[in-house]
Amino acid sequence: MNAIVTAKDLSQIYEVKRGVFAKPLELKAVKEASFTVQEGETLAIVGESGCGKSTLARILTMIESPSEGELVIDGVTIAASGAGSDAKRLRSIVQIVFQNPYGALNPRQKVGAILEEPLKINTKLSAGERRKKAEAMLAEVGLRPEHYGRYPHMFSGGQRQRIAIARALMLEPKILVLDEPVSALDVSIQAQILNLLADLQERLNLTYIFISHDLSVVKHVANRVMVMYLGRPVEIAPKDVLYAEPKHPYTRALLSATPATRPEDRGERIRLTGELPSPFNPPPGCSFNPRCPYANDRCRSERPLLKRHGASDVACFAVDEGRLPGLEKDAA
Amino acid sequence: MPLLSIRNLSVTFATASGPFKAVDGVDLAVEPGEVLGIVGESGSGKSVAMLGLMGLLPPSATVTADEIAFEGRDMRALGARQRRKIIGKDVAMIFQEPMSSLNPCFTVGHQIKESLKVHLGLDRSARKTRAVELLSQVGIPEPERRLSAFPHQLSGGMSQRVMIAMAMACNPKLLIADEPTTALDVTIQAQILDLLVDLQKSQGMAMILITHDMGVVAETAQRVVVQYAGQQVERQKVSTLFDHPHHPYTAALLSAIPERATGKRLPTIPGVVPGQGDRPNGCLFNPRCPRADDRCRTIVPPRQPASLGEALCHYPLEAVGEAA
Repeated sequence: MNAIVTAKDLSQIYEVKRGVFAKPLELKAVKEASFTVQEGETLAIVGESGCGKSTLARILTMIESPSEGELVIDGVTIAASGAGSDAKRLRSIVQIVFQNPYGALNPRQKVGAILEEPLKINTKLSAGERRKKAEAMLAEVGLRPEHYGRYPHMFSGGQRQRIAIARALMLEPKILVLDEPVSALDVSIQAQILNLLADLQERLNLTYIFISHDLSVVKHVANRVMVMYLGRPVEIAPKDVLYAEPKHPYTRALLSATPATRPEDRGERIRLTGELPSPFNPPPGCSFNPRCPYANDRCRSERPLLKRHGASDVACFAVDEGRLPGLEKDAA
Repeated sequence: MPLLSIRNLSVTFATASGPFKAVDGVDLAVEPGEVLGIVGESGSGKSVAMLGLMGLLPPSATVTADEIAFEGRDMRALGARQRRKIIGKDVAMIFQEPMSSLNPCFTVGHQIKESLKVHLGLDRSARKTRAVELLSQVGIPEPERRLSAFPHQLSGGMSQRVMIAMAMACNPKLLIADEPTTALDVTIQAQILDLLVDLQKSQGMAMILITHDMGVVAETAQRVVVQYAGQQVERQKVSTLFDHPHHPYTAALLSAIPERATGKRLPTIPGVVPGQGDRPNGCLFNPRCPRADDRCRTIVPPRQPASLGEALCHYPLEAVGEAA
């Protein structure tokens, strides 16, 4: 297996204007994110709203270019200046499925036109060939050929998400960025879509970057999980390790906040107090320190970097120093 | 005597293509101090039934029932004025989207004090003291300063706390929480659920929790009603529901939760919830049910006894063994 995506110190800074004379505020949506994605695996990116996971999705799909850092996708380097002449090829390699299937499809286009549009722009196929491909893709995602001539409003949420997935697959991409693909769907429909995604991954050898806030969904789909907090990755670990032995205090809190699926598992939760700090004014030191029960003076002044502990990469001084309860000393 | 007792509640909407029964024959009995969960997918009529009880439905809706009694008083016989004396005071409701449920034009303090003025007739200074007390009760830091904040200045979790404070203002006996945590992040969801359960215990009030999330039910409720296409398909205690569902729909819903799945693929329920035009004959679940036969497709299923979860099914799953 080789890395298909390598990100190094990726940052995205937005400038927010405050008026004619005031200096614009800097909002660091993503800060120094470094990670790799292997070919054919599913990397899940987990975090609460405002942690920068959707910004990361926009950088990965080249909707935006990063303000700092370097991103290598399939051997092509993308820097702040963009991808240059390879941009067009890269765009067909990386495709995205958005969260809300009701907003992601143009209500005035028929399903056929929606599916054929990427082909029209990126290939020189004739109308007949395009139609053939679109119909084959409809079958691939579990829709019927007669759906070709219908409008999006005639479909349910789950079917619309199938159309959005079909559109993303039209250019035969290698990487699919899934931005909360099932969070707008009911449980029974969610299961259908997750199964479809698993089937497609096996058949087409796709690499998934699965963005979600739902840890129980992530547990089902991911190979590796990256937990983000306020723009930075705080823990990257293989799925089994992360769920069995979460190291970062934030990961632990997230896991214990997820409702149990059996009434007898109702347990004492780790109660996180407070909310996500404003990204305009992040706290000094570790950005999690105001909510962290293990924070000390070092956490409040210095910023921890991702360090390897066993199979996981964790950015936490408490883990580094081995003063986190429930962790064996030799793990450090 | 139950606090709230509803028998055979139905809600019908007059739509352009004819009447549509969104809620069909719902029975509920809520004892003082208990937490009842209502679970179902979107379109199952769980919110509409409660909005019907609160009188918050548009004029196109017709609400019928054999009985709607709150503390033994028949709500159907009350006039609008008297009904409003109970609704908002003894029965309060919090809604799904805290951001859009608060009025953006008024301060938080104004909106909390409104019900104190209308229902309790407190004077200005008493209202202020009570509002500060309520905000600190729901865990909002610096409550006095927050009274003059507008809703857009608050985060989602804070807005939901304000909504809870408003609902708690008159010490209600019954709180209806309609998807109170759906729009919130997991850590905030855990905070809000803890807050609701703490308040429910300390005030001794009853709570109806409407949700689509089986996990939320497992965490908080004592009894569960599972609703499908407007009908209650199963009513059980939460302690037994998760291990021994009796209705095939409940069983399928539980096994579709990713966390409970064992294999690489999730067991799914084929098809979708029937809409207005495609309600099947017989059992409403029959097109999606693996156990359906001709009887299910033609005859409306009977209500099973309590030992079988009061399931609305011809062939309920047995208590032990068969519930796979």
